[in-house]
Amino acid sequence: MHRHFVSTNISERANQARRVLARNPVSAVALLFIPALTALAVLAPWIAPFDPDATDLDHVLQGPAGLHWFGTDQVGRDVFSRVLVAARLDLAIAVSAVLLSFVIGTVIGGAAAFYGGLPDRLIGRLTDVLMTFPLFVVAMAMVAALGNSIQSIVLASAVVNLPFFVRLARSEISVLRSQQFVEAARAGGNSEWQILFDFMIPNALPTLTVQVSTGLGWAVLNAASLSFIGLGIRPPTAEWGIMVAEGAANILSGFWWLAIFPATALTLTVLSFNLLGDGLRDVIDVRTRR
Amino acid sequence: MTRNSEIWRFILRRLLGTLPLLFGVGVFTFVLVRVLPGDPAAYYATGPMATHEEIAQVRTTLGLDRPLPEQLARYFKDISVGDLGRSLVTGQRVSSDLRERFPASFELTFVAMLLALTLSIPLGIAAAVRAGSWIDHLIRFVGTLGVSMPAFVAGVVFIFIFYFTLGLTPEPIDRIDPFMIKPPAVTGLLLIDCLLAGDIPAFLSSLARLFLPALTMAIIVIAPLMRMTRASMIAVLSSDFIRTARAAGMGWWKVYVSYGLRNALLPVLTTIGLVVSSQLGANVVVEKVFAWPGVGSYALNSLLASDYAPVQGYVLLMACVYVVINTAVDILYALVDPRVRIN
Repeated sequence: MHRHFVSTNISERANQARRVLARNPVSAVALLFIPALTALAVLAPWIAPFDPDATDLDHVLQGPAGLHWFGTDQVGRDVFSRVLVAARLDLAIAVSAVLLSFVIGTVIGGAAAFYGGLPDRLIGRLTDVLMTFPLFVVAMAMVAALGNSIQSIVLASAVVNLPFFVRLARSEISVLRSQQFVEAARAGGNSEWQILFDFMIPNALPTLTVQVSTGLGWAVLNAASLSFIGLGIRPPTAEWGIMVAEGAANILSGFWWLAIFPATALTLTVLSFNLLGDGLRDVIDVRTRR
Repeated sequence: MTRNSEIWRFILRRLLGTLPLLFGVGVFTFVLVRVLPGDPAAYYATGPMATHEEIAQVRTTLGLDRPLPEQLARYFKDISVGDLGRSLVTGQRVSSDLRERFPASFELTFVAMLLALTLSIPLGIAAAVRAGSWIDHLIRFVGTLGVSMPAFVAGVVFIFIFYFTLGLTPEPIDRIDPFMIKPPAVTGLLLIDCLLAGDIPAFLSSLARLFLPALTMAIIVIAPLMRMTRASMIAVLSSDFIRTARAAGMGWWKVYVSYGLRNALLPVLTTIGLVVSSQLGANVVVEKVFAWPGVGSYALNSLLASDYAPVQGYVLLMACVYVVINTAVDILYALVDPRVRIN
């Protein structure tokens, strides 16, 4: 089946990717970091040297050394194991949130642009407003309303990302609408629904991938910020935002490792997703359309 | 029609255009408080010992037994006259609580924006002038790093470096040294009040306490501002009049700043409107890290204490600030650039 009519062929794109990575080694590092991080997150329960929740009151607030690579916290838990296990939770939240907003946003934005008319204009106007609205305030209010659970953090992070996917899908589909292969598909007797889902959305996917990468970074940042201010996930769960919040209380006594290690893990993760997004954007070359 | 009356009509139309947004936010906050856990009538009744009759009576006085559309209409009537209800934690009217704390948040956000602009515009120009060089790459990488660092991480790291390790900044709590006498509140903006009172030590103390939170809040918006300055400068620098100015042997200040920057600033202006809203969101986090007595920390403390009227008031206030800033940016844009077609 040859459905991907407008995308350039694979080897050409691979060449482009090689050129971009050679010119931009930082993106290449990000490209390596993310699979490594994902592997660590998935394997965390098996490779963590200590039980992340086990307290050890004989060894509290010990600096990074020997057995405890990242030191221990105020109740003697191993900071390294907690940072590892937290990666699992934070990435799981980000992936589910972005998956939700990707699917819902693509369907809403794609259908709006495909059918046009008043609903399309209204949705366009609404996303324009929402995109620039202080969305973190909305996320905060949502978590408060939905209660402190992982589900409400996922939902809030999905809502924060949603307008970006709607807008991108909408602009992509409205460009594709006037392409000849769509006319051809219609002439070939495909239903409207098939044209949208089998022909147009697959061709919009490369561009949407860029947004997935940036969105993952943003979802991690959003989820960690919410739990940092005390909403959503509660202590003693190992989560980067909570760990930084707990560590911040100890940093003024000189116990820097409690906050700095989870903070670094968090920043590196968001940074990698952003750099990967930038790199992908160069490969797919949608810079001008953004 | 003269240009002047055209501009007034434009302003009026822009303001009318924001009404649907404000209406939407009003409905959102209305629904929010009804979804939030807890029965408002039980809260407003005398306490946990209130009888069913008392609660029912409070429900009648608050109008909670009326149909929802009527409650919504009543809610809009209340907020249109500035009645946002009462905070259970402070016992004050939410509107007066917000008014008291807003200057602290405003001062912080405004200084942060100034700081961000003074850092991002020169960096953006440098990246554009040396586009493709290692300076360009370095500046862009640092910008991405800044945007990837959550505000609370930046805040905690800055406290660790500047306060704990280097001892350069004062204790990261509150707006002024607790042993100093606050100047009489005229504007509520501490820096200006200190100057009005002629109290230089108090001014320096509050400036020192403002520095780290403002820097933290500046970091998150430097990258978008810098990227826009860079992109816009690159476009301008490739135009004919710059080539002519260079050929005429003019100095770099004249070429890059007088001619280049002035023409490159318009897109940056639009970006300011966009990034202010991410600052409004970050307010809550930064105010928590630095124990800053602004509206963000007020809303957060109320939220954690299940006191929802302040949260509602805060969301409405943020929506209004957002509308005012974006309308102001649009109007400025139309005023600055005569090419912008007002119709």
